[in-house]
Amino acid sequence: MERVPNMKELNIISKSIRKQIVNLVTDKGVGHIGGSLSEVDILVALYFNVMNIDPENPKMNNRDRFILSKGHATPGFYTVLAERGYFAKKTLEEFDEIDSLLQGHPCMIKTPGVDMSTGSLGQGLSVGLGMILIQEKFNCDFKVFVLMGDGELAEGQIWEAALYAGANKIKNIIAIIDNNKVQLTGKSSDVLNIDPVEDKWKGFGWQTLTCNGHCMNQLVENLNKAKELSENAPVVVIANTVKGKGVTFMENKFQWHAKAPSEAEREQALAEIELI
Amino acid sequence: MNIGENIAPRVAFGDSLVELGKTNNNIVVLDADVGESTQTARFGREYPERFFQIGIAEQNMVGISAGMATMGAIPWVSTFAVFLAKRAVDQIRVSIAYPKLNVKLNGAYAGIPTGRAGATHQSVEDIAVMRCMPHMTVICPGDASEVRQAVFESSEYIGPVYLRTVRCPVPVIFDSSHKFEIGKSYQLTEGNDITVISTGMMTPKALEAVNLLRTSYHKKVRLLHMPTVKPIDVDAIVRASLDTQKIITVENHSILGGLGGAVAEVLCEYAPCRLTRLGFPDVFGESGDDEKIFSKMKMNVENIVETVLEETGR
Repeated sequence: MERVPNMKELNIISKSIRKQIVNLVTDKGVGHIGGSLSEVDILVALYFNVMNIDPENPKMNNRDRFILSKGHATPGFYTVLAERGYFAKKTLEEFDEIDSLLQGHPCMIKTPGVDMSTGSLGQGLSVGLGMILIQEKFNCDFKVFVLMGDGELAEGQIWEAALYAGANKIKNIIAIIDNNKVQLTGKSSDVLNIDPVEDKWKGFGWQTLTCNGHCMNQLVENLNKAKELSENAPVVVIANTVKGKGVTFMENKFQWHAKAPSEAEREQALAEIELI
Repeated sequence: MNIGENIAPRVAFGDSLVELGKTNNNIVVLDADVGESTQTARFGREYPERFFQIGIAEQNMVGISAGMATMGAIPWVSTFAVFLAKRAVDQIRVSIAYPKLNVKLNGAYAGIPTGRAGATHQSVEDIAVMRCMPHMTVICPGDASEVRQAVFESSEYIGPVYLRTVRCPVPVIFDSSHKFEIGKSYQLTEGNDITVISTGMMTPKALEAVNLLRTSYHKKVRLLHMPTVKPIDVDAIVRASLDTQKIITVENHSILGGLGGAVAEVLCEYAPCRLTRLGFPDVFGESGDDEKIFSKMKMNVENIVETVLEETGR
């Protein structure tokens, strides 16, 4: 059994992932950088601590599943998968290119470690429910983590799934909201306000946890707590994050939803991330 | 099932699922609160642990089925075609077709017969929508007997399938000697005067018309039953074009993008000939007795007879 990294080590991994994201999006001149930087710490907590997975055996029957419902945030997702050893880091150079394993949005038949294809927002939670509903039949026992953006919560299908899970007290499903409060064209509160978001999930019969989505201690604690709570009923972890986290000129700016930094911006971003 | 007996394809569908569930434990069924109408409720009574009542939420139902398929289950997702193929089309596309998951979709109450429900419930676009989706197979069985075989064949096949079933009783035309295979067409009558290509419940109507044309008008019509609209049997269409030079398509679906569209694509590319499409015109439907709507839309036996006579000369 490999050793689980401690908090300090997880933070070091996050810092490295952030730099890799900035480099990747700058090198490729494309990619959803803002939401990738906001989800990094959540993904690092999941893939390096919370989830029961084996990158050597990505199809392991009893593995915990992860669904990136906010499928556009692939620079963060792929970088974490590569760092965790699902594929070579060199593969990241092919991101978004023709014939690549790494599509703009996750593709489960092309990319090792991707449990579900996503890209059209709002579809991940239902798929996670399907995995859970059938796990007992196949003698499995695992958790499914579904990461959604706060802007994504405007999709109606999510609330169909939330209603179903709450009404049927579905176990082992953990929704995570990357609550960065900024979406493609502006602040989420201006585009379509979702708050009070916690009350909505509660109203649908979900247990809720809220934490700082950039504090590794809080993330690990709350995600592990979510695993326990999910033995009884569905759980949502509202992770309060900052879009573009770690780079001051990107933070909270919708303009950095999907924009590639210039060379000068890359240098500044990398220098700032180093100081986190 | 006896030839000539009137059996609703939806009933055959419900029966077949129950039968299939007996031997294949991986079959699960999902319903969006129409199981009594689509006949999947009987599977639910027989195997309650493998039946999932999702509620009136088609998008969630399709997504859940995708998740089940990633685990190795074979989900049959069932609701009215009009909702399944269109309200949940993006979920079918991204969560099922793109990852090529092994989900079977039953589009029930397809086409005109909806129990007088009218335009909102008449699915006349679903073949077109499903047919242009990569990885998707589209099947429209001709009668109850073929529905049964198609349910079993679809469940054996690995990948997404859209199966169309209809509400109203349809005369059984196939006996046990008929062997349904995905992608294959069936020549039901011989003739070189003209070819009629039909799919789904229109094949029994076309067969009646073709028999009438033989006995009353001495017309020798080749009738090709095309239960799989995708992948379509290109060779049989090309052969019909070369042999008979004239083709009529007949379907319980819009003349745009369905069987008529598929046949037109093949003909234009490989063997152009005169093509006439019988099917739902480019209008919204209405409530009323099924047969009266078929007649109003010029999709009944007499319309097929009339069209053949117009095309071949009296």
